[in-house]
Amino acid sequence: MSETLPEILAEVKGWIGEERYQEVGEFPVEQGYIWTACASVEMGNPLFWDEKVASDLTDGPIAPPTMISTWFRPHHWAPGRTKQALPLQIHFDLKEILELPEAIMSDYTVTFGEPVRPGDVLRTAQILRTLSDPKTTKLGTGRFWLIEVVYTNQNDEYVGTESYTGFGYRRTAS
Amino acid sequence: MSAAVENLIASQVKSGDALPEFSYDVTATTVILGALATRDTRPMHHDQDFAINRNGTKDIFLNTPNQSTWFERYVSDWTGPRSRLGKMHFRMKDSVYPNDTMVFRGKVKEIEADATGCHWATLEINLSVEEKTVTDCTIRVALPSDENDNPWKRKGDRWQP
Repeated sequence: MSETLPEILAEVKGWIGEERYQEVGEFPVEQGYIWTACASVEMGNPLFWDEKVASDLTDGPIAPPTMISTWFRPHHWAPGRTKQALPLQIHFDLKEILELPEAIMSDYTVTFGEPVRPGDVLRTAQILRTLSDPKTTKLGTGRFWLIEVVYTNQNDEYVGTESYTGFGYRRTAS
Repeated sequence: MSAAVENLIASQVKSGDALPEFSYDVTATTVILGALATRDTRPMHHDQDFAINRNGTKDIFLNTPNQSTWFERYVSDWTGPRSRLGKMHFRMKDSVYPNDTMVFRGKVKEIEADATGCHWATLEINLSVEEKTVTDCTIRVALPSDENDNPWKRKGDRWQP
């Protein structure tokens, strides 16, 4: 891995703890996606399929809590957009500025607040929490970082927090 | 379409209890549908050439958000719909690829009530392929304390995941 210039590293470390990319979801939470997600894992939980169960338990339909990140992922394309919008933009910013072309996620933590309902529009903010020194793994040499995404709904209610540990790296020459 | 719905309540669960084992044969469709369902268009989850030759992985692989939904499915199959996920943490040591058979095993690490009277089960779940751990997951899930309790109704200070 080429050495990261001190001024680049200082800039990135300046991002730590800063709320970046405060965004509003590009579409309201929708039932069709909820069923697609349930189908993808063959989840028959009646809370997500049966109106009466949803009415009794949660006063109407909700989304599986683990779908939380689905609602902030941008459209793959939209009119007038000249550059592809990416979810978890800080992750891609880190790859670019640190010149680490590949990346994977290793750890994931999610805490759930208010349930997400069809029609909700979620708001998010991304926060870089940590950046490691250079590390070498079986994939290559790079750095680990921890990014948090905090979610609220249109009523300013807390919906959840995701934490991703990413590893950006250059592949080891074979 | 409502049928009788079974729900696990906290008094039926104790530390050390095992969750039923669950296995699933993964195909390319599983991986790609999981990416589609989570609106994840990154190529390593649908483009085999990219996954192998750019990412250096064996094949396309299950994405992180969809893996979390697999864990949710595993837990809610056991608890029923009245339980409510509070927190989930997992560490991915390897990836899940097409033609793998995922095996989920879990046990109850702890069951406790918090100061608000919410009953929490802490679950340790292992996802393996060919007996090799792919992901270790810890889940904190709220269980109803009795037949009349409903963790989904908790709000504000009464919900402390």
